[in-house]
Amino acid sequence: MSNTTLVSPSAEKAAPNWRDVSRMALRALRRDWQSGELRVLAIALLIAVASVAAVGFFTDRIQQAMERKASELLGADLVIAASRPIQPALAEEAQRQGLQIAETMSFRSVVLVGETTQLAEVKAVGPGYPLRGALQVSDAPFAPPQIVTVIPRPGQVWLDERLIQTLGLKVGDLVNLGVREFSVAQVLAYEPDRAGDLFSIAPRLLLNLADMPSTELVQPGSRVEYRLLLAGDPAALADFKAWAKPRLADGEKLQSVREARAELRSALDRAQRFLNLAALVSVILAGVGVAIAARRFAARHWDSVAILRCVGATEALIVRLFVLELLALATLAGLAGLIVGYGAQYGLSGVLGQLVSRTELPAPSWLPVLPSLATGFVTLLGFGLPPLLRLREVPPLRVLRRDLGPVNPRLLALYGPAMAATAALLAWQAGEWRLALYVCAGVAATMVALSLAAWGLVKSLNLLRGQVGVAWRFGLANIARRGPGSAVQVVALGLGLMALLILTLVRTDLLSSWRASLPPDAPNHFLINVQTGEVEGVRAFLRERDLRDVELFPMVRGRLTALNGRPVGPEDYANPRAQRLVAREFNLSWADALQEDNRILAGRWWNADDRGQGVASVEVGLAEDLGIALGDTLRFQIAGQNVEAKVMSLRSVEWDSFRANFFVVFPSGVLENYPATWITSFYLPPDRKPVLAELVRQYPSITILDVEALMTKVREIVDRVIAAVEYVFLFTLAAGLVVLYAAIQATQDERRFESAVLRTLGAQRKVVRRSLLAEFATLGLLAGVLAAAAATLLGYVLAEQVFDFTYQWNPWIWLLGGGAGALGVGLAGLLGARSALNQPPWRALREG
Amino acid sequence: MRVECEQEAGSGVSVAAASVWNNPAAIIQVENLSKQVASPEGPLVILDDIGFSIAKGESVAVVGASGSGKSTLLGLLAGLDTPTQGRVWLAGVDLNSLDEDGRALLRAQRVGFVFQSFQLLTGLTALENVMLPLELAGQSDARRQALDLLERVGLKARARHYPAQLSGGEQQRVALARAFAGNPDVLFADEPTGNLDQKTGHRIVELLFTLNREQGATLVLVTHDAELAAYCDRILELDDGRLRPPSVKQPGGA
Ligand SMILES: Nc1ncnc2c1ncn2[C@@H]1O[C@H](COP(=O)(O)OP(=O)(O)OP(=O)(O)O)[C@@H](O)[C@H]1O
Ligand SMILES: [Mg+2]
Repeated sequence: MSNTTLVSPSAEKAAPNWRDVSRMALRALRRDWQSGELRVLAIALLIAVASVAAVGFFTDRIQQAMERKASELLGADLVIAASRPIQPALAEEAQRQGLQIAETMSFRSVVLVGETTQLAEVKAVGPGYPLRGALQVSDAPFAPPQIVTVIPRPGQVWLDERLIQTLGLKVGDLVNLGVREFSVAQVLAYEPDRAGDLFSIAPRLLLNLADMPSTELVQPGSRVEYRLLLAGDPAALADFKAWAKPRLADGEKLQSVREARAELRSALDRAQRFLNLAALVSVILAGVGVAIAARRFAARHWDSVAILRCVGATEALIVRLFVLELLALATLAGLAGLIVGYGAQYGLSGVLGQLVSRTELPAPSWLPVLPSLATGFVTLLGFGLPPLLRLREVPPLRVLRRDLGPVNPRLLALYGPAMAATAALLAWQAGEWRLALYVCAGVAATMVALSLAAWGLVKSLNLLRGQVGVAWRFGLANIARRGPGSAVQVVALGLGLMALLILTLVRTDLLSSWRASLPPDAPNHFLINVQTGEVEGVRAFLRERDLRDVELFPMVRGRLTALNGRPVGPEDYANPRAQRLVAREFNLSWADALQEDNRILAGRWWNADDRGQGVASVEVGLAEDLGIALGDTLRFQIAGQNVEAKVMSLRSVEWDSFRANFFVVFPSGVLENYPATWITSFYLPPDRKPVLAELVRQYPSITILDVEALMTKVREIVDRVIAAVEYVFLFTLAAGLVVLYAAIQATQDERRFESAVLRTLGAQRKVVRRSLLAEFATLGLLAGVLAAAAATLLGYVLAEQVFDFTYQWNPWIWLLGGGAGALGVGLAGLLGARSALNQPPWRALREG
Repeated sequence: MRVECEQEAGSGVSVAAASVWNNPAAIIQVENLSKQVASPEGPLVILDDIGFSIAKGESVAVVGASGSGKSTLLGLLAGLDTPTQGRVWLAGVDLNSLDEDGRALLRAQRVGFVFQSFQLLTGLTALENVMLPLELAGQSDARRQALDLLERVGLKARARHYPAQLSGGEQQRVALARAFAGNPDVLFADEPTGNLDQKTGHRIVELLFTLNREQGATLVLVTHDAELAAYCDRILELDDGRLRPPSVKQPGGA
């Protein structure tokens, strides 16, 4: 009579094994798919994975393409630099692996013309140079340059404009270099790989590598930089890099384009950030889409779960069943999404078609496959599982009392972990914690604000209840009646609209801010070597020629010798950039006001009391490379004397603005007694080049640098990146639309039933339609206005904190947000209800 | 209530001159009505060539086995669904000649509905549910009329309650009040007691017939309950989509 004997026979069969559960789950998947229950969920999922995959594939390809483009500024894809002749084995292996190679040597030497001497940066180049990009030459200084594909012939040299100017030469004249005489064959106008920053190098002389021995310039102990330039397809380069790395001799360094130029580095970084932003926003959006679709999916399963519970299914079984069904769906939709994403990125070549000039777009790599699939799974499980897990809380009693469902938990508690996990995954993948943090915080804050606003709306519309009336009053009261449903809808609509606003207005604003950081009239000429006594004269000269607002900056050269009292040298650093920086002299400057495009990141700018004190402001990138922190003491050797300064602030500098900028700035009253030259930059339209010749005549010692060609390159890259980013944002747009669609779908079941009942009671379609319009338009208006606020705020934070632009406020966003919200959502709501409205009400009632 | 079985001319018989409204005494007239739906096994005939008419003020029970097509017929009579073939005249209007909205308007003016599963809007209070058809018909004193009706079904005290807070019988009484709001000429009821226990079912039926008599409406009632069917003036019996020829005498009517 004991209980055990009664229970035991069935207890063994009580828990179905995994195989049975899997089979049940697959059956459920097929059934739910056929009944259309899973479609929105699957589409949201597919777009999530597709957009992440597409962004991944694109980002990867765009990056490769951009680096190729940027390679032109290195003259190669990869460079091995050394202070001694490079082992021949490296060049041999590179050629064996099918890479192109070229060799160069550079060193400083004196160029002699009659009695005049001038220190020049001599570069001897071998056949094939440059492997990327091209040299440009002209017949006279500042004459229009032409692209050439040759190098100086033996016996000839090409001199840059500066050297020609200082030596007072013209094409055809003779110069002495070492023990040989050369004839000046061309003016060197542009050299793709002019390394280092523009102002520290001596003027350039280019000759043929074959002439080097005859100059007898290179002796044991001479300081020469040897370079081996390499180019080829990325796979071969990667192979070679891997092969070469362990074989490099002491003093041989690999350099790729990223380390090469500050202007490019910041352009590439920004591009990367934009693409990451696109990926991040699409994933979060897709997550929201999945969440809403899963919520509806779960709600539609309350009945069947209650029945399952009634016939004895345990909570654990229910959970297993739905988790398995979800995993199966994730796998299928994930693979489909991957295929779509892979296919979609072929459109990229179309977008970049005209932009990619000589270099072809590299083939996509398979790298993004795993992360995008993983992101898909995390998104689905993170956002889709919580509502499904709540199915186990459905009380069996629901079969008797239809109104019983799982208790409503807090939205953020439910999805907070999912958002955190997604953000962490993306941040890890992209290495952009700050961006991920801002976007997630922005989305979370928006969700909270939207929930509060939705709650307020529901409460205030509740007051209208007494007068539930026809058409729009009925529609408005509907919002209140639906309570939590309406709140979820406002949140989802708000997020979707916010994404659309960010993708339209804020994106345009950010991109145009980016373009604006390099406007058409950005400085394209630098004047350097202006003597202190000439400053006033030059200023007046420029002002008379309508070149206004030209500011001259002092420049004092000094070498960093100690950090916090400890001597420093190149050997203290592993990073080649840091080594180069420490080996060279710095350009120091002084100023009392912070330059317009500089921004203090740590510490503070000085005030009047700090003048004449030993304090300095250091550029943040330099500080990072050299390990300088706020409060550290720097010792510089300037003209044989030591000058110490405590780091009072760290600054960011827009290196791609083509304005004169300095790594280290002092307050006034410290450096004035050291030998200084002055520097300035200004924009000169192409048709006013003669001004330059006039300037040279009046101030022969001043050197003019024309950076137009370099700037054009950077601008071209920026334009390309913007086009690519816009394309990638299309996927984010798709994700946004899915969210909106899911949001509108979310209450569609109730609505179908309601409109059928209303019509049974004699409501004409236009009445139902008007009430739907009133309801959706109100939800849309509220969501749209809030979305505009959120998008503006997020845009501002992104611009100022992440992308380092000045944000341009856009008043249209409010109109667009509210208008598009009310109209778009209203119409979409009507459209969504159209099929139900055109069908006889009987059918809807039977199905409900 | 006395049971009466009128053997009226025309019931169960196809009328010759089909397309004219030929029976001014009838509020509902049906001709050659067929309904067919597509199913995985090919077309499925639910209703096959039905014809009858119902006079003003008459109460008619539609009976038949489960799946015989009763609910489908009711939906067609009320213009909630469209037939594959044939015609329905409701209050003198050919339903085929109206569009969705025209039929809705006709319903708003003339028809009331009671469902087996109540079909109350869960987000509206009892009062708001009853007010709904009145407001849709543009009546100005919807609230007062609705309260009156709720009082008549004995639920005035529960006016502010939501359907979920009411028992099944109470919900059906709200549905009755809603159906009678606006004084419909025809009341359709699809198994109004099917979801209720016997005692409650009886109360609902009594209420239904009382309200019907007071308002002088025509009642079309689908039911499985022979006793309830026997209350009606006449019985239409469906058998697998076809109308059975009327039997001469109902058992209870002898
Ligand atoms: N839209 C449809 N698609 C397929 N079959 C349908 C459809 N509508 C009704 N049927 C079928 O038509 C037949 C009649 O349905 P109906 O609901 O009218 O029966 P009923 O007589 O009301 O039955 P019950 O007494 O069980 O309510 C049933 O077999 C039903 O399955
Ligand atoms: Mg039925």
